[in-house]
Amino acid sequence: MSEKEKLAMEQKETKQKSTYTIALAGNPNVGKSTIFNNLTGMNQHTGNWTGKTVANATGYFEYRGEQYKIVDIPGTYSIMSHSEEEEIARNYICFGNPDATIVVVDATSLERNLNLVLQITEITNNLIVCVNLLDEAKKKKIKINLELLSNILKVPVVGVTARNKKTLNNLLKVIRNVCERKEQINPIYQIHYDEKIEKAIEEVREIISKQYKIEEKLARWMSIKVLDGEERILKEIEKQLHIQLMNNREIDKVKKEALEALKEEGIYQEEFKEKIVSTIVKDAEEIGKKVCKFENKDYANRDRKIDKILTSKKYGIPIMILFLLLIFWITIVGANYPSQFLFSLFGKIQEKLIEFATYIHCPEWLSNMLILGIYQTLTWVISVMLPPMAIFFPLFTILEDLGYLPRIAFNMDGFFKKACCSGKQMITMCMGFGCNSCGVTGCRIIDSPRERLIAILTNNLVPCNGRFPFLITIATIFIAGTIGGIGASVISTIAVMGVIILGIIMTLVISKILSKTILKGMPSSFVLELPPYRKPQFFKVLVRSIFDRTIFILGRAVAVAAPAGLVIWLFANIGIQGQSLLTIIANFLNPLANLMGLDGYILTAFILGIPANEIVLPIILMCYMQGTSLVNMEDTFAIGEILRQNGWTILTAINVMIFTVFHFPCATTLLTIKKETESWKWTAISFLIPTVCGIVLCMLTTLVYHVFVI
Amino acid sequence: MNEKTVNELELGEIGIVNKIVGEETIKRRLLDLGLIEGTDIKPVLVSPSGDPRAFEFRGSLIAIRKEDAENIKLK
Repeated sequence: MSEKEKLAMEQKETKQKSTYTIALAGNPNVGKSTIFNNLTGMNQHTGNWTGKTVANATGYFEYRGEQYKIVDIPGTYSIMSHSEEEEIARNYICFGNPDATIVVVDATSLERNLNLVLQITEITNNLIVCVNLLDEAKKKKIKINLELLSNILKVPVVGVTARNKKTLNNLLKVIRNVCERKEQINPIYQIHYDEKIEKAIEEVREIISKQYKIEEKLARWMSIKVLDGEERILKEIEKQLHIQLMNNREIDKVKKEALEALKEEGIYQEEFKEKIVSTIVKDAEEIGKKVCKFENKDYANRDRKIDKILTSKKYGIPIMILFLLLIFWITIVGANYPSQFLFSLFGKIQEKLIEFATYIHCPEWLSNMLILGIYQTLTWVISVMLPPMAIFFPLFTILEDLGYLPRIAFNMDGFFKKACCSGKQMITMCMGFGCNSCGVTGCRIIDSPRERLIAILTNNLVPCNGRFPFLITIATIFIAGTIGGIGASVISTIAVMGVIILGIIMTLVISKILSKTILKGMPSSFVLELPPYRKPQFFKVLVRSIFDRTIFILGRAVAVAAPAGLVIWLFANIGIQGQSLLTIIANFLNPLANLMGLDGYILTAFILGIPANEIVLPIILMCYMQGTSLVNMEDTFAIGEILRQNGWTILTAINVMIFTVFHFPCATTLLTIKKETESWKWTAISFLIPTVCGIVLCMLTTLVYHVFVI
Repeated sequence: MNEKTVNELELGEIGIVNKIVGEETIKRRLLDLGLIEGTDIKPVLVSPSGDPRAFEFRGSLIAIRKEDAENIKLK
């Protein structure tokens, strides 16, 4: 049994045995997921930006012989409004029947976090407040009186520093105490609204309690919702608890009377809602003032100074571009060596495999198909994909942990608003530079479903790691090749930047077009927290980003590369009347390719390169050299020679670069899009958008070239 | 409705929230962040393109677009 299977078995067993269920709630960005990970040992990525957990994540752990199931619910500021995450969060706390609900709060902005805590005190008694980021608070000279907070709320309060696993011991103890306590002895904190409102709430609660056997606290909460006329929440309650709160004659009658009475006192339904919200916020403020001591009033000064530079009119965007360029540069240069190492390692294994195949008298066609077809493509994809991703993602995660990403969204929001989208789309594009599949998954951070879909559909318009080296090679050979020296690298960099900028512009244009056509809508509200800067945890960053992103993506890529290797090999080796299938397809595609200023082989290579963009160039070389397996060439000059011999001109090079940026997403990304949108229709559209863009753009450049140059 | 909104505040100038108006979703969202009557709010950052701006209130820094900030009326 492999390690993984063992783990899965264990988890399954735990699942069956787990005695207690715990919900983990909190504002976004308070370290909920870090606590979750440290308790369960699961690798759920945590981000220093909002809205990471979109669905409930479940994990298991054992403490002193008892099994616990812990559910990480989406981070929300409130559970009163209607966004998707808030509903998931609220429904779980209300109806998931957890034995305890832990609300994680940020010690550095306790007051705002208490808002959510107080809202949850209205639903459940089994509450634990976990004050996280005490280390950050200490640095900012904020002192929090945990004991006083516990006394006021009448619930256990635990202070932790989630990054430090040891500090979680207290939390574990408290969880155990709360779970094992059979009944709530003392009533916990209760919010007191305006006298008149309290009277109305009590009247409705009485009638609900009379009709249904519901715990008093929950009945009180429901009566607030009844008075508030919150249809969505009420509908959910009705569905989950099989009761009727709306169109219930008795309740309606009491509700109407209560609202009339309030109206006479000058409180209309509109204000009722506001009074409820502001009472909670004011209570939170009051409690916050009592328990927090700010020894340094200007604790945010350092952050503001950094912000002033990172978001300034003059430097904001240039710094962002510099950061990204630096990351790409480190990635590309750094990935070279491990890639070469993997290549030669896999190459040596390949030789041994061939020897072995001969030794067991394996038929040649079979061993060729398996080794030169499947094995070679598979290892190729691993060699070229693994190192850049293993470098890019940790670097990107460091930016993320620092808290820089929301600043990028802030800087770029103006442009995206014009395209009727959200500035957060820029963050997903930045992730797309690393891997479009990750970028697509990252689109979860966008709240509005319409804007999220646009971001998913356009993500492929920014080139990923797999396409960069190809772009650079072509630019070096054809655009800078004529110059040589340092000038060459500058010019090729500019050329590559050029197509990337074109990609970004096209993203905005297409987003705008989508917003005006099939995904009509106005930009939704944009409210984004710019969290305090935090020191990244380098080691964890490394481990986490390699495990959650790199390995995951690689797994998907490998799943596609193996069959694709077979197909490529078959195409190159099966022939009709002396012509390989590859040539036949290339000839078929030639007319279209010529219109686009390319040739049939190039288009065929892009199509066969669908498992990973990295193998497009090897396929092109294989075609030109009449080979029957992928061709690896290190020497840029030699590659240039072959390409030129096969009729490549500067126009071919430009069009290949354009088509590299604008063509269908790779198979991994397509699979991810299908998973995220749960729709083949949108997956097909995401395939068509960049492809059509590419074909049109290439035809345009070809036309312009022929009119003006030749 | 000619009340002053946070959009009219200069960078670094503190205003006191009077009322949140406008459409339910955004109103709720702003209220949830703690923007109730009497809250101090201070614009501290402007995005390079001039919009959105980031406001400091209740110890957090929140970026809000002009259209949405229009709903935050001041005293």
